[in-house]
Amino acid sequence: MHQIDTQTLWTIMIGLGLGSFGLRFVFTGIIGQRAMPEWLLRHLRYTAVAILPGLVAPAVMWPTVTGGQPDPARLIAAAVTVIVGYLWKNVLAAIFAGAASLYLSLYLLG
Amino acid sequence: MSQSDRSTYWQGVRDGLPFLLVMIPFGILFGVIATEAGLNVFETLSFSVVVIAGAAQFTAIQLLKEDAPTLVILASALAVNLRMAMYSASLTPHIGAAPLWQRAFAAYFTVDQSYACSIMAYEKNPDWSLSQKLRYFFGVVTPVCPSWYLSTLAGALIGANIPPELALDFAVPITFLALIAPMLHTAAHRAAALSSVVLALIFAFMPYNTGLLVAGLGGMMTGAQVELWTTRRATRKGTA
Repeated sequence: MHQIDTQTLWTIMIGLGLGSFGLRFVFTGIIGQRAMPEWLLRHLRYTAVAILPGLVAPAVMWPTVTGGQPDPARLIAAAVTVIVGYLWKNVLAAIFAGAASLYLSLYLLG
Repeated sequence: MSQSDRSTYWQGVRDGLPFLLVMIPFGILFGVIATEAGLNVFETLSFSVVVIAGAAQFTAIQLLKEDAPTLVILASALAVNLRMAMYSASLTPHIGAAPLWQRAFAAYFTVDQSYACSIMAYEKNPDWSLSQKLRYFFGVVTPVCPSWYLSTLAGALIGANIPPELALDFAVPITFLALIAPMLHTAAHRAAALSSVVLALIFAFMPYNTGLLVAGLGGMMTGAQVELWTTRRATRKGTA
């Protein structure tokens, strides 16, 4: 496994810490009572659902551990996680269902 | 401190407690994943104390493992945290009048759980004073945030002893999918997530993980646009 460079790591940690604090402080701390434009709020509402799926999609389709080959066990686990999370609206239940289906399909298919 | 001030603090503590069921496993998972990626125990704990935002931390670790450039890691993880600016905006009418140092503390501790509990409680109790509102907020924070640090530490200590058969490479994808799925309650959210996936796969060839930034922007614009369409259609139906 490659080594993460200590200086890069701390740059990211501190940058992310300051940036996150800035985002949390920007309105309560600095802007005060002024209203934000509606178009901006409308875009901000979708940041989490726009970034996180894009982050995991390549890891689901082309996992590095299988050398980038699509892996049925991981695809099944991803599908089960999404379905359980969507229907049950419970994050922990979805994580456990996803992990269980991953191990089961790795055992049965692998 | 009046009796009612003290009771709003403890009400916050009680409302924060159920989140431990989620925070503790999630924190342990972060600790394990971070040490697997090569961080030592001190670095892993520092990450949780400095950043105190689970999803952004997982994003940063995942991209660090993929050797993405620093700027792309910062941009992606901060984009995940953009919702904190929304929380900040929506808390401002309630606690914006507090002294600066208290607002700074509140800002540091603005996380999904403290925001969600507080905004619901403030709407339910419009008669609360500024001090009651702040005490409630820090009441929720009391169980939630220290458990994030401690469970990260526990995960980091368990960390490196986990065998490869546990397929931990897939823990981050499963965690994120589990976080996203319950959010897909409107057509706009579903459209944003779907276009993000499609764009991320199409632009996966782009260097330095910049395809993710395209997917994120595209997803946000899709979500905002679909929301406009659906609200317009709803108002048209309402007036017809």
